Amino acid sequence: MSIKRIALRSFIAAFALALPLAAQAALAIQHWQTPQGARVYFVESRELPMLDVAVDFPAGSARDPAGRSGLARLTHGLLDQGAGGLSDTAIAHRLADVGAVLSGNFDRDRAGVKLRTLSSAREREAALDTLVRVLQRPDFPQAVIAREKRRLVAAIREAEADPGSVAGKAFFRTLYGAHPYARDPDGEPAGIGRLTRRDLVNFHRAHYSAPNAVIAIMGDLSRAEAEAIATRLAAGLSAAAPLPALPQPVAPAASESRIAHPSTQSHVHVGALGIARNDPDFFPLFVGNYVLGGGGFDSQLLKAVRDKHGFAYSAYSYFAPMGVAGPFQLGLQTKGEQADAALKVARATLADFIAKGPSEAELTQAKSNLTGGFPLRIDSNRKILDYLSVIGFYRLPLDYLDTWIAQVEAVDVAAVKDAFARRVDPDRMVTVVVGGAR
Amino acid sequence: MRSHWAIGLALLAGSVQAAVTDVTLDNGMRVIVKEDRRAPVMVSQVWYRAGSIDEFNGTTGVAHVLEHMMFKGTKNVAPGEFSKRIAAAGGRENAFTSRDHTAYFQQMQKDRLDLAMQLEADRMANLVISDELFAREIQVVMEERRLRTDDQPQSVVYERLMATAYQAHPYGRPIIGWMNDLEHMTAQDARDWYARWYAPNNATLVVAGDVRADEVIALAKKHFGPLPARALPARKPQAEPEQLGEKRIVVKAPSKLPYLLMAWHAPTLRDWEKDSEPYALMILAGVLSGNDSARLQASLVKAQQIAVNASAGYDPVSRGPAMFLIDATPAPGKSMAALEAAIRAEIARIQREGISEAELARVKAQVIAADVYQRDSLFYQAMQLGDHAIAGLPPEALARRVDRLRAVTADEVRAAAQKWLQNVRLSVAELDPQPLDAKPRTAAAKGARHVH
Repeated sequence: MSIKRIALRSFIAAFALALPLAAQAALAIQHWQTPQGARVYFVESRELPMLDVAVDFPAGSARDPAGRSGLARLTHGLLDQGAGGLSDTAIAHRLADVGAVLSGNFDRDRAGVKLRTLSSAREREAALDTLVRVLQRPDFPQAVIAREKRRLVAAIREAEADPGSVAGKAFFRTLYGAHPYARDPDGEPAGIGRLTRRDLVNFHRAHYSAPNAVIAIMGDLSRAEAEAIATRLAAGLSAAAPLPALPQPVAPAASESRIAHPSTQSHVHVGALGIARNDPDFFPLFVGNYVLGGGGFDSQLLKAVRDKHGFAYSAYSYFAPMGVAGPFQLGLQTKGEQADAALKVARATLADFIAKGPSEAELTQAKSNLTGGFPLRIDSNRKILDYLSVIGFYRLPLDYLDTWIAQVEAVDVAAVKDAFARRVDPDRMVTVVVGGAR
Repeated sequence: MRSHWAIGLALLAGSVQAAVTDVTLDNGMRVIVKEDRRAPVMVSQVWYRAGSIDEFNGTTGVAHVLEHMMFKGTKNVAPGEFSKRIAAAGGRENAFTSRDHTAYFQQMQKDRLDLAMQLEADRMANLVISDELFAREIQVVMEERRLRTDDQPQSVVYERLMATAYQAHPYGRPIIGWMNDLEHMTAQDARDWYARWYAPNNATLVVAGDVRADEVIALAKKHFGPLPARALPARKPQAEPEQLGEKRIVVKAPSKLPYLLMAWHAPTLRDWEKDSEPYALMILAGVLSGNDSARLQASLVKAQQIAVNASAGYDPVSRGPAMFLIDATPAPGKSMAALEAAIRAEIARIQREGISEAELARVKAQVIAADVYQRDSLFYQAMQLGDHAIAGLPPEALARRVDRLRAVTADEVRAAAQKWLQNVRLSVAELDPQPLDAKPRTAAAKGARHVH
């Protein structure tokens, strides 16, 4: 490691990220495509002698083929468990030997791999070589598949003891019905048992392709170096065509489900279909939701459920924007016997908010917090990397962060009321209550 | 009274960290500042040396309850107003209580430190605990206990094992408190706690970020300086009597899978320059666990496939005694006895054969890299400074941590494993899964209108 050079350079570059609030670009995001069609998002930052690389694919659980529940999850889990001729343990050793950290992210939309490594030549090269193998040439060894299937099923079983996990899965199941978002991202134990090595190989080839890849790079390297890395990552991926968009979910009728669980608390979820990432109503709903249930102690929901009634430790609402309409969701947890009372308060708060909207003072408070807190959203390499991945994967405009504050500022009470009135019908909510029997 | 010194820590690979300034105000309040100009933000944390370790039987959990009440108003600031004003300034704020401390923090743009300090100084001296707000908040705390402990079988196992491993030391009591103590807690209990411990001479302010140390100190003097020091109660050590034999408990709780937790009494880091065993045990934890290349994962999960998960942990930075922990979940069809035997075999192998130079180098490489990576988080850097201060360790101990770890030899790791991972120091807990009520009934009222 060439320590001294890095140290000096770090001091010189220390002000690169010290950005003023408005008027100027929040981040200098560089964007290009590799010759293979992978989309790349890059921010150079020389302050710390390290770099982060994230590669995402539309290979989340919503891409499980019919009758192949758990395939996306298992494929993702197998990537670093034997690749390019290296065993699972050899991969782990090679990374650990240079202090690199390889981690995965997986949800209904996305499957991705993140690498964090020192930027010094030896460390960086060893780490990147391993990342390349893991992404391009997973071996999917039969014995390892069998082992990881058992571990995946065990994780699903273990989560059944957690009423919050049970409630979250039941909520998606009820809200999305026949849509792929309905499924548990981990899959169903029976389906997992049926998966074959061929399933994994085919899934990998079709989904982990260069045209599907979004590569985010952040840290201590030049544009030329980033280009070389991105091209190297994309070069060995399959050329499978970009996947079509997911189908649009259909809004369900109102319903209320009660699921028994031997927990002391009832986990209450109330919600409906919300918005996709690129929805034009994103900002009015996002800012408005701060007042409803996103703004912690500023929010109407927490004030009512926690401060006024002492019903729950946590009570919240959020829009989780996804590839296609993600959920709008209210949640709380309270001891079983007061679940109905707490649910009533939550519903009344929602109905009242839809009817009246936020007050001018509440909206001003929301905007002050969101705009004033914007620098905290991009104050680390990790956070910036995550934004790069989201901007790339969901095809948000490249100036998304540059215009973020102005978009929040532009929201007024009328816009919030209008957006909520159109998008959230309190009479068509799906309600799931789990546990509280003990 | 002002001991102003700074450590330049160009000790190690890539140590580009700015100096840490450590000052004590005339009223005994300590101020630690770490300048880091990567982003125009700062984090401000006020740490009180008052945690569950300072509680008494009958009022367990009061440190954490007081943390909740600290947001409920002062003589000058109405209930809820603290959070509202920080939020209006774009801040994020919260608090956390541990065995050793209670800490309050704000993350904000760099120029808003004045507001954060003004509000923190106010609630250090002027808190008002009303019976009415207390009565509601204690319900919230009980819900928090249900959420985090009572309905999480592995948390219950941990809580009960600590209560078994420590028979005299207050670490045997849960931070959140026993439910019965919460049910009987009064507003006066919280007021007493506040009167006992919330004083500038029991507090440390840690500020990290795009700030200037001299300006932070000036602000601290302005806001906290006028608060008078108070006599603090003597703290008794309550040392745990030496364990005389292995202890075992079974915890029955609703769950699908069993779970095993093993805890050995282990040394605390006291003298960072002389103590070597804590560093050796940290390396040992890294050899056993931490990523896919470590022994528990490689051997138990991958090779033997006797566990679906297994990990080890050890934190020697604390006011009270430390523990070396190993936990694991057996693979389907594998018995708890076989799992425990496999863990013991891994330990015995290290005690017998030691660790390889390659393993040692690997763990050290991770330590060095992690030292760089952690600088990506301002909050984490401040946390570490606060943790060390509360544990009575100087910032130097943190700055030199990597050096001390790099000095550990394979022989020291083996010797530490031999000395500390003995049955006589061990307590074991097993989760015995109880039915989850196998048949969930789903009563859907499709299309029903809701009563609002």
